[in-house]
Amino acid sequence: MRKVHFKGVALPWLLLLPQLVITGVFFFWPAGQAVWQSFLREDAFGLSSQFVGFENFADVLADPSWLDAAGRTLVFSVAVAFLALASALFLAVQADKQIRGANAYKTLLIWPYAVAPALAAVLWLFMFHPNIGIFGRMLNAMGIAWDYKLDGTQAMILVILASAWKQVSYNFIFFLAGLQSIPKSVLEAAAIDGARPLRRFWTVTFPLLSPTAFFLLVVNLVYAFFDTFGVIHSLTQGGPGKSTETLIYRVYTDGVMNLNLGSSAAQSVILMILVIGLTIIQFRYVERKVHY
Amino acid sequence: MAASDRPSASEGVNGPRSVAEETRRRNARGLWLTHGWLILGVLVFAFPIWLTLVGSTHDASTIGRGDVPLLPGPHAAENYSQAWGVGGGRYMGVPAGTMLVNSLVMALLIAAGKIAISLTSAYAVVFFRFPGRMLAFWLIFITLMLPVEVRIIPTFQVMVSLDMINTMQGLVVPLIASATATLLFRQFFLTIPDEYVEAAKIDGAGPLRFFRDVVLPLSVTNIAALFVILFIYGWNQYLWPLLIVNERSLETIIVGLTKMIGGGDTQNEWNVIMATAVLALLPPVLVVVLMQRWFVKGLTETEK
Amino acid sequence: MLRRRDLALATAGTAIAAPALAQSGPVEIQFWHGLAQPLGGLLEAIAGQFNESQNRARIVSSFRGGYPETMVAAIAAFRANAAPHIVQMFEVGTGTMMAAGRAIKPLHELLRETGVSINFDDYLPAVRGYYSLADGRMMSMPFNSSTAIMFYNKDAFRRAGLNPEQAPRNWAEMRQAAQRLRAAGVEIPFTTAWPTWTQIEQQSAIHNVEIASLENGFGGLNTELRLNNPLMQRHFTTLLEMGREGGFRWGGRDAAGDALFANGQAGMVHASSGARARFVRELPGGVANLGAAMLPFYDDVSGAPINSIIGGASFWAMNRGPAGGRSEAENRAIAEFFAFIARPEVAAKWHTDTGFLPVTRTAFEAVRATGFYTQNPGADIPIQQLLRGSGTMTGASRGIRLGGFVEIRTIMQEEMERALQGQQGAEQALANSVQRGNVVLRNFERTNRG
Repeated sequence: MRKVHFKGVALPWLLLLPQLVITGVFFFWPAGQAVWQSFLREDAFGLSSQFVGFENFADVLADPSWLDAAGRTLVFSVAVAFLALASALFLAVQADKQIRGANAYKTLLIWPYAVAPALAAVLWLFMFHPNIGIFGRMLNAMGIAWDYKLDGTQAMILVILASAWKQVSYNFIFFLAGLQSIPKSVLEAAAIDGARPLRRFWTVTFPLLSPTAFFLLVVNLVYAFFDTFGVIHSLTQGGPGKSTETLIYRVYTDGVMNLNLGSSAAQSVILMILVIGLTIIQFRYVERKVHY
Repeated sequence: MAASDRPSASEGVNGPRSVAEETRRRNARGLWLTHGWLILGVLVFAFPIWLTLVGSTHDASTIGRGDVPLLPGPHAAENYSQAWGVGGGRYMGVPAGTMLVNSLVMALLIAAGKIAISLTSAYAVVFFRFPGRMLAFWLIFITLMLPVEVRIIPTFQVMVSLDMINTMQGLVVPLIASATATLLFRQFFLTIPDEYVEAAKIDGAGPLRFFRDVVLPLSVTNIAALFVILFIYGWNQYLWPLLIVNERSLETIIVGLTKMIGGGDTQNEWNVIMATAVLALLPPVLVVVLMQRWFVKGLTETEK
Repeated sequence: MLRRRDLALATAGTAIAAPALAQSGPVEIQFWHGLAQPLGGLLEAIAGQFNESQNRARIVSSFRGGYPETMVAAIAAFRANAAPHIVQMFEVGTGTMMAAGRAIKPLHELLRETGVSINFDDYLPAVRGYYSLADGRMMSMPFNSSTAIMFYNKDAFRRAGLNPEQAPRNWAEMRQAAQRLRAAGVEIPFTTAWPTWTQIEQQSAIHNVEIASLENGFGGLNTELRLNNPLMQRHFTTLLEMGREGGFRWGGRDAAGDALFANGQAGMVHASSGARARFVRELPGGVANLGAAMLPFYDDVSGAPINSIIGGASFWAMNRGPAGGRSEAENRAIAEFFAFIARPEVAAKWHTDTGFLPVTRTAFEAVRATGFYTQNPGADIPIQQLLRGSGTMTGASRGIRLGGFVEIRTIMQEEMERALQGQQGAEQALANSVQRGNVVLRNFERTNRG
């Protein structure tokens, strides 16, 4: 920690002011609103409202379709995180080798970081649309009735693939940085001990990467919970049926399309609690890193 | 699944000749395999873009019929000029030119705004001791916990109360509140040696001059790196613009693009949509590729 | 400039007892609509003609995305005291708007206060009924109204050895035709746009079966869904069986099914009569290849078929927000715009340009007199279908007035989708729709009781 400081009280507060004002107005106010609104039942036009206590929460938690959405979100997020992490790790290990053109490969694997999730969805739509997509038509020609607008499983697969695809490069960047920070001498020592490459990876490299992997797991889960809204909204709108409706998508449909503000607010509060839990886990990790 | 057969000089040196030969062959095979996997990875990422790029050079009926072309066609100029100046899709088009400008302004303002308020607040927290310092720090830090998506509906209502719906301020200002950049600058400022501060004090330089003459110049690399990340963050916003803007003149390119697709109608003007997709992709990809070094450094240091 | 103003004052003086003398410049009226191209452009052209026709008011049209987006935007704007003067609301939003209390200005009130008169006796009963209270007072201004009809591809019919001038009239014939089309290699013999509207709401209406108690919700907010009835069970079973034998394919939610017919893939489609313009333009073979017919029914159901119900949208006058209403001049301008779109020539042109209904009898007669229906065979099918049956509407065929209907439609679509994926049977899909839909109705009732 710093030992020498400037004096003054007004100036530091002045410097903090913009950040604090924006945080207050756009963070604490809405968060408080969400909590307050989750206890109300209000009509769409805001003309009448009534305090209903925990009724909105009880309704949400007793709604089988909400519980379904929670389960679905879990499956979806784990699938996205696993796919994105595994393929990124694999590619990072390949790209970390001393081969010709390594830098070109890196650039070509990093650029998808710039692609917006919603745009990734659009690119995948171009490939898998049953009528205009190259793979969509191929599948149909092969006798597989491919139509993600009708088949829930296919819709889920497509949404998972598009979401994971977009996230690989982010993970790749971190895994590569992690791999490069592993001292070569450690690996060479293992090699001299006669460990086969695969074994060497799991016994030496991977444990050294595990902090990175853990950090990325949390980031990927948060990504799958929230940032994939764009993917789902532009590909399936949560359908067919409810087969691609995740919790954040549900907040949107209930709050914006169905104008059911109390229920939507209650769902937001539940999500906030969930994210705070996740962040505390991540925070403990961040703290450890900071103090090392 | 991932085999790390790192070619290493020491491998096989001590072994008998046949083993060395064996290892060399295995390494050669491994090398080809490595290239193979990497090329496959590159293709998986490049193929959708290639498809889109090609699609944007054909006419609507070619794509609508489902004859997916794999090589460029002759209609690039008209498609791009329609996308740029008129727009397409079944919804009344918003020209991509307008949407790109909106996205650009939004992304630049978000990046600049976040950097500006984070620099000053991190500076205050690190270089001053004042009552309420930890409180302020925690008030900012806690915002890490709630992504804008979670509190989206109430934030929207706050915007309604503030009359900021359908404004550029409404698009930008709420997204400026974030703790990540503040945390990064805080960590970086902590590495600035105490001697610098002492020297400044001896020179009689006040905190603001120290900020301008010492801290800012030292932070240039960090600012640049952060700028790339925040630019991408701003450019890729989806749910927020979707809610806050229903004025067509303020449409951003990512939201506008998905609106053009609507229900994924086969009769869409796919050629124009694909041209718009390419235009939406180009600016952030260019930023990432051109500023790759800074960006990678910034990313791994910001979020770790 | 000066001349135009003088002219305007003169017209104002002759048309109505010029109340706008005191005010400077025209009143600006914000008008939000949800019609994509090409319809949106045609609608904005009508607003433009109104602006040209007088100088007291100026309609500022703006497109706000589809119908649901427009509805959401208008409600959010109302909460922010910035609601548009006029919003175009799809028929599904009617129940929500009617219960909106101070948010809206009921049309009958608006007309009474401004002294502008519109002859609603001239409107088609199905149109008038949908947007009026039980006692007949109008709540919103009908504009683009459509009904669901069947379109079919005459070439496909010929290829399958079917008579291209005779569409199937009942579901038994539908199923046979679908099998013949399938056998002749037509990829999608039958699909549908707006699945719940065409297959649940319309089919119930033409068979005189209520989908919800209290005359489909016209009788009060304590209505309950009645979907799980023998007719719907039978119809869902038909659709599922046709799906299994390859005769029916789900075309997606909302209007998505239109595309499958427009590109020639589908042999038959149930769609909005308003889709006609698009099919004429896009269907391979054009208008000569486009067949139109009334919706099929079950001919062993006694009394069937009666009139179908309408869809489309109406215009609602809105107050500015919770804090305030409108000035007299604003209300007058809104009323005059409504009177303008009620003119027979405006309604007739909209009808012939788009395929939406001619909402008044005068407009219908005027179009008939021009010979339009002999030149465009099938263009009068929707009107005939709306007048089918005894000519008097029943509680099941007047329309549907459910709060939260947007959400209920989504629920019904979801349950249909799950049934078509083979995850549940017909009866289960209906039972789930009823159970989930009733939750929405009860919520709406609770929030809008006072």
